[in-house]
Amino acid sequence: MLKLDNIKTYYGNIQALKGISLEVKKGEIICLIGANGAGKSTTLMSISGIEPPRSGSIFLEGIDITGMPAHQIVTMGLSQVPEGRRIFPQLSVLENLDMGAYLRRDKEEQKRDLEYVFDLFPILSQRRNQSGGTLSGGEQQMLAISRALMAKPRILLMDEPSLGLAPIIVQQIFGIITRINKEQGTTIFLVEQNANQALKIADRGYVLQNGMIVKSDTSSALMADEEVKNAYLGV
Amino acid sequence: MKYFLQLVLAGLTKGSIYALIALGYTMVYGIIKLINFAHGEIYMIGAFTALIVGGALQITTGLSPLTILAISLAAAIFFSSGYGVTMEKIAYKPLRNAPRLTALISAIGMSLILQNYVLLAQTSDFLPFRSMIPNFPFLTPGKSLVTTTQLVILITTVVVMVILTLLIKFTRTGKAMRATSQDKVMAQLVGIDINKVITFTFAVGSATAAIGGVLIANHTGQINFYIGFLAGIKAFVAAVLGGIGSIPGAVLGSLVLGMTESFGAGYISSAYEDVFAFIILILILIFKPSGLLGRNEIEKV
Ligand SMILES: Nc1ncnc2c1ncn2[C@@H]1O[C@H](COP(=O)(O)OP(=O)(O)OP(=O)(O)O)[C@@H](O)[C@H]1O
Ligand SMILES: [Mg+2]
Repeated sequence: MLKLDNIKTYYGNIQALKGISLEVKKGEIICLIGANGAGKSTTLMSISGIEPPRSGSIFLEGIDITGMPAHQIVTMGLSQVPEGRRIFPQLSVLENLDMGAYLRRDKEEQKRDLEYVFDLFPILSQRRNQSGGTLSGGEQQMLAISRALMAKPRILLMDEPSLGLAPIIVQQIFGIITRINKEQGTTIFLVEQNANQALKIADRGYVLQNGMIVKSDTSSALMADEEVKNAYLGV
Repeated sequence: MKYFLQLVLAGLTKGSIYALIALGYTMVYGIIKLINFAHGEIYMIGAFTALIVGGALQITTGLSPLTILAISLAAAIFFSSGYGVTMEKIAYKPLRNAPRLTALISAIGMSLILQNYVLLAQTSDFLPFRSMIPNFPFLTPGKSLVTTTQLVILITTVVVMVILTLLIKFTRTGKAMRATSQDKVMAQLVGIDINKVITFTFAVGSATAAIGGVLIANHTGQINFYIGFLAGIKAFVAAVLGGIGSIPGAVLGSLVLGMTESFGAGYISSAYEDVFAFIILILILIFKPSGLLGRNEIEKV
């Protein structure tokens, strides 16, 4: 589904990614864990075309998307729920969802998908005419996920969806991620510092350190790994 | 009383023209945070296009004045938008990630280039502009409170505002413009081609400025290469007054400025007409830098 081959991404002269290779297969939930500044967000932004890598290649369903403009990558079935949610603050909840479906022309199906996300997060339906900036953090995260779903992605990148949320909301969000994966067959590439929770729902995981992948294994193996336990699981 | 009402109408007329220009400033600022200093020149080019196209049609054809007006207005919109879009491509797009001051200097350069280009191509003298707007039969020149061109300016401005508001509020492109102005990265992540949105914004802003240019030329009956400079600065003041980035703010700021100038000139001294804009600018920058309807800029962390 998604394949990164030795990508190197820079901010000016600073190298953030030092040759990352990884693979996400169709239908999987894959988790990328790493400390602050490891390069997790940069990895997702490179895939989405916002921070294109200086070298290496990115393949989406076998097609080389390296260097493709960001808006075009969305048309290929890849969406991102970015770090910090990035809700359009002065657009209403409904307009934010409309923007998620920006590239779609199928009005009828959009209505059905709108019902689907309102079913996932009923609170959004109540808030539909409220401007995005006035939502609580948890509601904004729900909206960010819903907005991405409105594009009907085949693969969804999520950057720390649990950041700053109360444990009960985190539970709910992770439950929904699993549900999206099962019900819609959406492949999920999840970035998390909250490694405990993330590894529980993921099939496999990668560990990122200083812009390099230092470990990759099944979730259960990673959860049993002493180094991972000490560094990321807080036990 | 009549004098007072005439001043009100003159103020509204001026304010309408400022509003047609200020819209472009504020929309462009909203999208790319650039003070497009050359925007007044786009308005001036609109007036000159109408002068050239309209003049040629008046001499060579027997078309009715309204047909000529329609054709020259369309030509003015077309050319001004072309200039606006081209300007963005060559002078601003390459500087999109540069410091804001760099782009501002580029904008001032664009302004000087366009002024001097028209100066060389035409002349520095005022050129007479024969009005293409036939007098409304129900208005008697000298007797009625309002003149035909004033009425046309007011109505046109209202129509343009309504169309623009609907466009921005309800259309897909309008929503994309708002999304782009709020978060460019996120806009791309939902699939918006932000270059197209920026181009469109310049085209629309230039079109409304061109309409203003054609109307003012019909109203005052003369134009030269410099009219865009002063009008541009004043429209900029109006946009700041209303809260730059805010479309209703631009309209409100323009009307307040137009009124202030009209009453200032009418009751204090017409010699100071052009000073009021700058007094307003200084006051607003001291007391409410975010403008009448502007949001206080929330610092993003
Ligand atoms: N816009 C930028 N300009 C310069 N350097 C940047 C920029 N964005 C990120 N970096 C640097 O790149 C490195 C990786 O950052 P990145 O945001 O990808 O880390 P992260 O793993 O997502 O961290 P966090 O968990 O804090 O979100 C860091 O050293 C960071 O300082
Ligand atoms: Mg990050």
